[in-house]
Amino acid sequence: MRVTTRTRGDVTIIDLNGKITIGSGDIALRNAVHQAIEAGANKLLINLHEVTTIDSSGVGELVSAYTTATNRGIRLKLVNLPDKVADILTVTQLITVFDTYDSENDAIASFQ
Amino acid sequence: MPEDHRFHLDLGSRFENIELAQVVLRDTLDQIGVDEDARHDVDLAVREAVTNAIKHGNEQNPDKQVHIDLLLEGDDLVLQIADEGAGFDLSSVQDPLAPENILRPNGRGILFMRKFMDDIQYSLRPGGGTVVTMRKRLAGPKS
Repeated sequence: MRVTTRTRGDVTIIDLNGKITIGSGDIALRNAVHQAIEAGANKLLINLHEVTTIDSSGVGELVSAYTTATNRGIRLKLVNLPDKVADILTVTQLITVFDTYDSENDAIASFQ
Repeated sequence: MPEDHRFHLDLGSRFENIELAQVVLRDTLDQIGVDEDARHDVDLAVREAVTNAIKHGNEQNPDKQVHIDLLLEGDDLVLQIADEGAGFDLSSVQDPLAPENILRPNGRGILFMRKFMDDIQYSLRPGGGTVVTMRKRLAGPKS
């Protein structure tokens, strides 16, 4: 999986591209979130637009990112969920836990 | 009902081998003519079953293997994933949808398998280990 991090205003956006699966993408996601937090981010937006596959380990990493962020008073939200990813978050009932948005602009605005 | 055995694969207990299994699986599902939605479901279920076999069954012991079989029974796609571990107690698995477990980082693999396949059965493997047999009803395979 390819991970890039950028900022828009005071929001740190992590763009994920590829598979969030055990042994590769899950660790890349964990590292990206930890690096963003260590860099001082307090508004985190994970962009899932280019995610092709997510398995239970990938879902676990999203949950860990959420709990890590929340425990530190950092707000973490998701944007641009592909249908398959949205289905999986629905199956796991995590869709009720995460704040999710269909557009980056809406997500950015929600932090303000 | 006659069985049509499509592939058998023996993998070492390393997570990187999951991708190898996925390549063989995808090629086979293409040959059978499985549609994209069903391929996604089977792909994900097999990924979870193989992960469980490596992680919980074989405990990542490189000397133990994971065995994968794919066969067709009529319109049913049947996948068997076997490990060489100490056996598996399904009752020990916590409900990942229980409120107290929703935010746990793990424990969702079997939920995925149940959601994306039509039937799942566990059995003991002769000689030791667990076999998970998963079925997916196909809407008219092409061959």
